[in-house]
Amino acid sequence: MSYNLETAEHPERLRRVAIDPVSRVEGHGKVTLLLDEHNKVHQVRLHIVEFRGFEKFIQGRPYWEVPVMVQRLCGICPVSHHLAASKAMDIIVGAKKLTPTAEKLRRLMHYGQMLQSHALHFFHLCSPDLLFGFDSDVTRRNIVGVAAAHPEIAKQGVLLRKFGQEIIRMTAGKRVHGTGSVPGGVNKALTLAERDELLKDIYQIISWSRDAVHLIQKVHTQDPGLYNSFGIFRSNFMSLVGNDGNLDFYHGTLRARDDNGKLIFDGVDYQQYDRYIEEEVKSWSYMKFPYFKSIGKEHGWYKVGPLARVQNCDRISTPFAEHERKEFVDYAGGTPMHAPLAYHWTRMIEMLHAAEEIKELLHDDDILGTDLMVTGERQLEGVGVIEAPRGTLFHHYRVDENDMVTMANLIVSTTNNNQAMNEAVRHVARRYLHGREVTEGLLNHIEVAIRAFDPCLSCATHALGKMPLTVELVDPDGTVAHALSRG
Amino acid sequence: MTAPVVVFAVGNPSRGDDALGPLLAARFADFLEETGREGEFEILEDFQLQVEHALDLQGRALALFVDAGTGTPAPYGFKAIRPANGYGHTTHALEPEAVLQVFRQTEGVEPPPAYVLCVRGESFELGEDLTPQATRHLEAALELMQELARGPSVGAWSRIAEKNQR
Repeated sequence: MSYNLETAEHPERLRRVAIDPVSRVEGHGKVTLLLDEHNKVHQVRLHIVEFRGFEKFIQGRPYWEVPVMVQRLCGICPVSHHLAASKAMDIIVGAKKLTPTAEKLRRLMHYGQMLQSHALHFFHLCSPDLLFGFDSDVTRRNIVGVAAAHPEIAKQGVLLRKFGQEIIRMTAGKRVHGTGSVPGGVNKALTLAERDELLKDIYQIISWSRDAVHLIQKVHTQDPGLYNSFGIFRSNFMSLVGNDGNLDFYHGTLRARDDNGKLIFDGVDYQQYDRYIEEEVKSWSYMKFPYFKSIGKEHGWYKVGPLARVQNCDRISTPFAEHERKEFVDYAGGTPMHAPLAYHWTRMIEMLHAAEEIKELLHDDDILGTDLMVTGERQLEGVGVIEAPRGTLFHHYRVDENDMVTMANLIVSTTNNNQAMNEAVRHVARRYLHGREVTEGLLNHIEVAIRAFDPCLSCATHALGKMPLTVELVDPDGTVAHALSRG
Repeated sequence: MTAPVVVFAVGNPSRGDDALGPLLAARFADFLEETGREGEFEILEDFQLQVEHALDLQGRALALFVDAGTGTPAPYGFKAIRPANGYGHTTHALEPEAVLQVFRQTEGVEPPPAYVLCVRGESFELGEDLTPQATRHLEAALELMQELARGPSVGAWSRIAEKNQR
């Protein structure tokens, strides 16, 4: 847990390499490396153009608009923001406990999102690296390459993603810009026909999800030298845990462990999150660096997301996923696994759990209920937290007597992983780039490490012609010495 | 029944000129309703194109992708596209050509003839309105879409695309 390679001693004497933006990652990211004349690495930084203007975007709006408008912060996981904001606004309207139907419909929506997001990441963003290797031809390292070489896997990925999207459409009301979740509950019931439509496919979805776990388990365990060490760093980790210790993506209390798995805090009500977590600002990045107050900023940073969640919970409530969790824990040897590429394995365990949980919810009679809303005593402040696909997501609002939002603070999953991703990139730079001629294949190693965290870098803007990948080697005097580009 | 023409309108309504796609979708839907052509077109709006959009190409005679562009011709570019590799490494989103390629690979048949209407945008920041330039481009693009709606065929659209290329 060190800051090695964060800041070089004499940057003016070094050559700068920029990977801008990071490819196959949502939004805008940039990695800069400072190298000397022997290609030795002196500084590595992952810069992220974060959710700029969030507070301005939300403040001054009526609170009931917020769960809908925050979906526009991110085109990849709008449902996460929709639900985190709804949970915060539940507190504002005094809805301490939702009706069983409302909570289960929100859970169904959220687990549908987890399924589709994890499927997209694994089958279409990372499987090119995993199936072809990190140094393979760049033109093959994409979904189209996967489809050409492994058509059945690619098709399963498309259909898994589509199934999750259908759940979102049925529970949120629309395919995008849904309004299903509102402060105090939900505004749309699930019809019998919709439930039956989803039930028709769920067993196939579970079967494909099990296959996906076994596929990544095989890929990982066949090459332990790579998968157990690539980009590795040790850190604390944190997630929500269900009140019974189960893996829970929708609700629970905060639990954190150190790098050996020892509890740092547990059972923390997330309304009090700011007593436990602080955010550090660094001059070179838009994105903040959160850490545990009790440990301090140098050693208190942590990782979130699938690798943290699967190892932080006591158990998983669904049988197939619990079996796979035990397999993973056994493989790790009874201590926490910190290898970034293990995110892929745990992500697939989570996808399997999401599929099984969807099946359970669809068989629950409450899901077809029509008692959707509760109200209570109006409050002025509320925090909503969920486990989004990429990790813990915090929404914190203050609302005045005129119903207007006066303060908004969001800590998104990728921000929680900021220091962790930087550490992974530094490890890879030291291991693979140090003293070597920089090539496109070597630079992809850095991107592989970043992609393991599945960062969502905030941009729902995908205008045509935007975001080609360029890498420039710039001499100290600013002259471009060498450039690579793709896209 | 599946509408013969699918229109993908791509963009985020709250990110400045990225709203061109959704705004054009809304205006085009009004036009279709006024002219009684709703049954011929299905408009699908999303933040970005993704793999599952390949499934929306099933059973179509024509496909139109409408998106904002940066550094592209003003007020718009309109062209036929073919399935193509690449692009998938840039972000979580796919380019239209890659969606066609995913369809080809996963369905095992050729995708329907497809075209891209790329409307020039200038600024894409969160919370911004359309720029004045983009507002003008939107009107020009809507006129083109209305022309496309009057003759939804490969021949007519290809002639318009060729004219647009000149």
